[in-house]
Amino acid sequence: MPHRIETQYQEILNEYVKKQTEQNLYVGQNFSRQLILENISPEEVISMHKAAIQELYGDLPDVVWHSFDFLIEMMINYGLALQERQSLLKRQEELKVEMDLAANVQETLLKTKLPSLEGLDIGLLSIPARKMNGDYIYFVSDYDGYAGVAVADVIGKGLPAALCMSMIKFGMDSLSSSHAMPKDVLGVINRIVEKSVDDSMFVSMFYANYDAGEARLTYGSAGHEPAILYRAETSEFDELQAKGLLLGVSPAAVYEQHCVTLTKGDMVIMMTDGVTEGRNEEGFIEREVVFELIEKKKDEPAQAIVQYVYDELERMQNAELQDDFTLVIYKKA
Amino acid sequence: MSDQSSVEILTEWDIVAARQLGRNVAKELGFGTVDQARITTAISELARNIYLYAGQGRIEIQQLTENGMKGILIIAADSGPGIPDVRKVMEDGFTTSGGLGAGLPGVKRLMDDFRIETIQGEGTDIRATKWLR
Repeated sequence: MPHRIETQYQEILNEYVKKQTEQNLYVGQNFSRQLILENISPEEVISMHKAAIQELYGDLPDVVWHSFDFLIEMMINYGLALQERQSLLKRQEELKVEMDLAANVQETLLKTKLPSLEGLDIGLLSIPARKMNGDYIYFVSDYDGYAGVAVADVIGKGLPAALCMSMIKFGMDSLSSSHAMPKDVLGVINRIVEKSVDDSMFVSMFYANYDAGEARLTYGSAGHEPAILYRAETSEFDELQAKGLLLGVSPAAVYEQHCVTLTKGDMVIMMTDGVTEGRNEEGFIEREVVFELIEKKKDEPAQAIVQYVYDELERMQNAELQDDFTLVIYKKA
Repeated sequence: MSDQSSVEILTEWDIVAARQLGRNVAKELGFGTVDQARITTAISELARNIYLYAGQGRIEIQQLTENGMKGILIIAADSGPGIPDVRKVMEDGFTTSGGLGAGLPGVKRLMDDFRIETIQGEGTDIRATKWLR
């Protein structure tokens, strides 16, 4: 231990023993911060204390010295706990850096291009609750009047969910035709997930394919949060139901598909449960709240609507996102 | 040059005997109170590991003189089951989380030099040194 510290400690201690003021205690407390910064362990502090007492008031009964030796012995494990904590903090910092890198890789890997179709206005927002996003959006479009979209949610969050996402992306890449029918897409991705993913991991997915020429949306779902159809004419919200097991449960799963035709101002709202399962102090935020928000902004561009819904829900939850949040709106222009 | 003496670890009381031996040697070498406490804590930890996981073994204490430096060497040897995953037991938070005390990472921190050799089914040999400054 540096001599200067021992001298300083002795001075501070001496001041306090002479005059027990709050000021002197405050000086001592500030000094203890410095000790921690310099990695001085508790047992060394006690040893320093003992030496200071010895120097200041040499002639004290043996019981005092023995008690300090005992206290030194008692403090060894505290000193070790402190060192372990420092090493764990360093490790945590390293992990954080690694996670940041991985999140960047994920972002690049999962980039998807918004289709641009005559008569279709698309809004998209996907915000992870933690560093890595467990929600996934994938658009398929090859400029021939079709726009496919997959909205997937891995049950679970963080790193494992993100790894699983990458696999779905490669599965989708292998299909890559905007004409592909939802029941076939879900069937193929289901077999990929079933084969390659741990039994404890499930994925829900909604797949829809929009034919701009016919203004027709064909959709299917693998246990995913139902998409919502908003009819401009009646101002009504309806669930787009389609039966199908979660991806990865059974290789034999069969998926339904249905279709709806859109007219001007109609919207198809696709989301993950992060949108509908937000919580505030009073409990879950009801779906109807989400509908009200959408209706309020129904005449705005799709992107402005999704942003508004997110901002409002975030406000209701005091800016604490519980789950990954993904919202896509297809709006017939 | 080295001087050696050892304690067989069979019961929990032998841990105390090993500590006593280590403390005597550390004192004789001129280690201060704090280092004496560190050395005996390391001995305690190693002896306890033998008692808990190998059933029996031996703690040996040697005085070292090397390049004009004096030091103390603790050898903990047993013919127990060995340690299946050394990397894991050397990880922070592995042993301590189970409430087992400082663990081997603790012993490594308390001493200046730490070596471990273990063969599954044959036993473990740990050597830890602390130099007098």
